Amino acid sequence: MQYLVSVINDNANLATPEEDAAIDVFNDRLQAKGYWVFAGGLGAPGTATVIDNRGGEAMFTDGPFVETKEYVVGFWIIEAPDLDVALKLAAEGSKACNRKVEVRPFL
Amino acid sequence: MTETGVQQAITRAHREEWARVVAALAKRFGDLDVAEEAAAEAFATAVERWPADGVPPNPGAWLTTTAHRKAIDRIRRENKRDEKHREAQMSYADDPPEPSGPIGDERLRLIFTCCHPALATEARVALTLRMLGGLTVAEIARAFLVQESAIGQRITRAKAKIKTARIPYRVPLAEDLPARVSAVLTVLFLVFNEGYLATGPGTDPVRHELTAEAIRLTRLMRTLMPTDGEVAGLLALMLLTEARRTARVSSSGELVALGEQDRGSWDAALIAEGHQLVRERLASGVAPGRYQILAAINAVHTSARDVRDTDWSQILALYDQLVRLDPSPIVALNRAIAIAELDGPQVALATLDRLEGKLAGYHAFHAARADLLRRIGLSRESRAAYDKAIELAGNTAEVASLTRRREQLG
Repeated sequence: MQYLVSVINDNANLATPEEDAAIDVFNDRLQAKGYWVFAGGLGAPGTATVIDNRGGEAMFTDGPFVETKEYVVGFWIIEAPDLDVALKLAAEGSKACNRKVEVRPFL
Repeated sequence: MTETGVQQAITRAHREEWARVVAALAKRFGDLDVAEEAAAEAFATAVERWPADGVPPNPGAWLTTTAHRKAIDRIRRENKRDEKHREAQMSYADDPPEPSGPIGDERLRLIFTCCHPALATEARVALTLRMLGGLTVAEIARAFLVQESAIGQRITRAKAKIKTARIPYRVPLAEDLPARVSAVLTVLFLVFNEGYLATGPGTDPVRHELTAEAIRLTRLMRTLMPTDGEVAGLLALMLLTEARRTARVSSSGELVALGEQDRGSWDAALIAEGHQLVRERLASGVAPGRYQILAAINAVHTSARDVRDTDWSQILALYDQLVRLDPSPIVALNRAIAIAELDGPQVALATLDRLEGKLAGYHAFHAARADLLRRIGLSRESRAAYDKAIELAGNTAEVASLTRRREQLG
């Protein structure tokens, strides 16, 4: 079972060197224990482009599809047997990156 | 057997076996939806068949076997209807499930799943009353004065989340147990409190069916986790509160304060049972949690034959202990009420006024303040505080009692 752990940011600050170091330690642990699938950091919402090609001609729009105060700045995809394990890992991840996270199951 | 005899047997079987049947099916099929529906169908079949066929010698086994067959029927029907989902179905066998002992009681898994912290509190409450308590959606809706469709939706959503996000069907690991037990007890206490001090206009001030259900489920929890101190504490707290139920509302529908209740009408058996639990926890020598301290406070109150015999210094000592564990303003408010009995209303009022910032929207704060102001002869200030309390109170019997007190001011 895979879960998406989204990292939620409520300000424009990038991760501090301390946060980066803690994230590295957490990532190593995920890999060592077999929970790791993938992870990445994302550019700010201002770097997003929305594409709509449902009408035959692709429309490109600058910016995120919805402007919000809080937005996703990164994510982990983890492999976990159930939500209890996923929530525990997410709690560790939140502590490591010093931000709120959201857990959602893949279907 | 007479018709009433069969009716009683069905009611008893529902009360005693519902949770067991749902839990056994949930374990076997890994799906709460299937478990709930098959259990409901099995009980409907009992209602149909038992009057003609007689009550089976082992109603629980009959219900489990019948529910098991219903579940398999349903899964087969769905598989036929939707072949592509066949692979996604859990594996099952045709033989009935093994009976399990008290330690591996499936109902414990069911409780922890229904009270999982990833579910919204109101969903936990509805799901627990449905899955463990066997209350119908209509009954839950009535008890909480919520539209039936809203309760139905809450339960459906919760079940969907359990399935899709894979909330596990198991007893939590030892390291997580205290927090998870606490989440279960919160749900049970919430159900009890809604029955004990029902909110909303036009309802009975005390809804006995909710307090009774909460006690029944807490008793079950106690059977399943007999050594847990907080489980014992919550059960004792509920019993000692329930014991005063009939004395709490006057014939004219007013809430009667603890000090003015007819102590002779308290339920002696419930009090004895509650006191026994409190003594058991004291003898354990383990530091008590929140519910155990609250139970001990209620044990002190219910030990006094007359309100004037109340050991207030003992009560204050218990509140001091509680404040260290739970520094919430509501605990501080109740502590201040004990201070009034020991050091007088003036001292208590000073303590109370420091809580105003946090409790200005809480009716009990204004009610306590009104009472203290009345006792020191400040009628005008007391009246204003009663006004505020009446405006904020949700319980009809409490409003009636506050209104009378306000009218009695000189």
